[in-house]
Amino acid sequence: MNWLAVVSIISAAVAVSFGAIGPALAEGRAVAAAMDAIARQPEAANTISRTLFVGLAMIETMAIYCLVIALLLLFANPLLK
Amino acid sequence: MTSPLSSIALFHLGPVPITAGVVTTWMIMLVLVLGGFLVTRRLSLIPSATQATFELVVDTVDSQIRDTMRVEPTHYRAFIGTLFVFIFVANWSSLVPGVEPPTAHLETDAALALLVFMAVIWFGIHAGGARGFLATFASPNPIMIPLNFVESLTRTFSLLVRLFGNVMSGVFVIGIVLSLAGLLVPIPLMALGLLTGAVQAYIFAVLAMVFIAGAVNEGKPDTEISNRRTPP
Repeated sequence: MNWLAVVSIISAAVAVSFGAIGPALAEGRAVAAAMDAIARQPEAANTISRTLFVGLAMIETMAIYCLVIALLLLFANPLLK
Repeated sequence: MTSPLSSIALFHLGPVPITAGVVTTWMIMLVLVLGGFLVTRRLSLIPSATQATFELVVDTVDSQIRDTMRVEPTHYRAFIGTLFVFIFVANWSSLVPGVEPPTAHLETDAALALLVFMAVIWFGIHAGGARGFLATFASPNPIMIPLNFVESLTRTFSLLVRLFGNVMSGVFVIGIVLSLAGLLVPIPLMALGLLTGAVQAYIFAVLAMVFIAGAVNEGKPDTEISNRRTPP
């Protein structure tokens, strides 16, 4: 195994692990804010939770990008061909 | 372990390789078209239970279009509704044993994102004419022209990667857990995958609506929601 493969594997792990931090914090904040809003205004729970789901999926996309980059590094690495 | 980014050809139709995802897509198309035909064959003013159920689906799509785009849904119902129903059924097709959702492969998602890209151009030109549509690229001021061009490409790409990444990661994780832990253990993950699939179908349809609404409403002179932000 040459050093390019080693670097690729390490950077795939780094991409996923560090890429998960931001979305995790952001999702926590989003859910907390939504809970707060529902507690204040329970009659708006439907709208809030619908918007929350869309927002969470948006935030999650950032983590998914990192996952795709990691999979590209592991499975479709142009440097290892 | 097989790469989630590649797909294996089942057979060749002339020079065109046909993968399992394409066959699944054909099956889903067949089911949807046949189902739609059978359900709408005998429509009555006093609906039967089946008709009422599907009218509920159409009504929900209509009200979502009305809420998100602030226009009457007549022109957009067919495209947005088909997009939602197809992605929803495709994501949930993993419920059938042995079937991998076609949206877990890059090609299907690329085709869907390309459809949205074309639909934005089509509906934009339809609503405001070619001049009006091109003017939306210079919408706040002409300095934004290159940025708007890049945005229309990158948002299509992010639509593709979002759907692909979400569905594929679900399938991938289930595969890993199945190989590590064995039978029946990945069932909670599969339930989570179903939830993700439904949410992603909804998100894809909502984003398509937002993009089309941006092109349609900015093309008109009396713009009502031109400052609607589009996500990255």
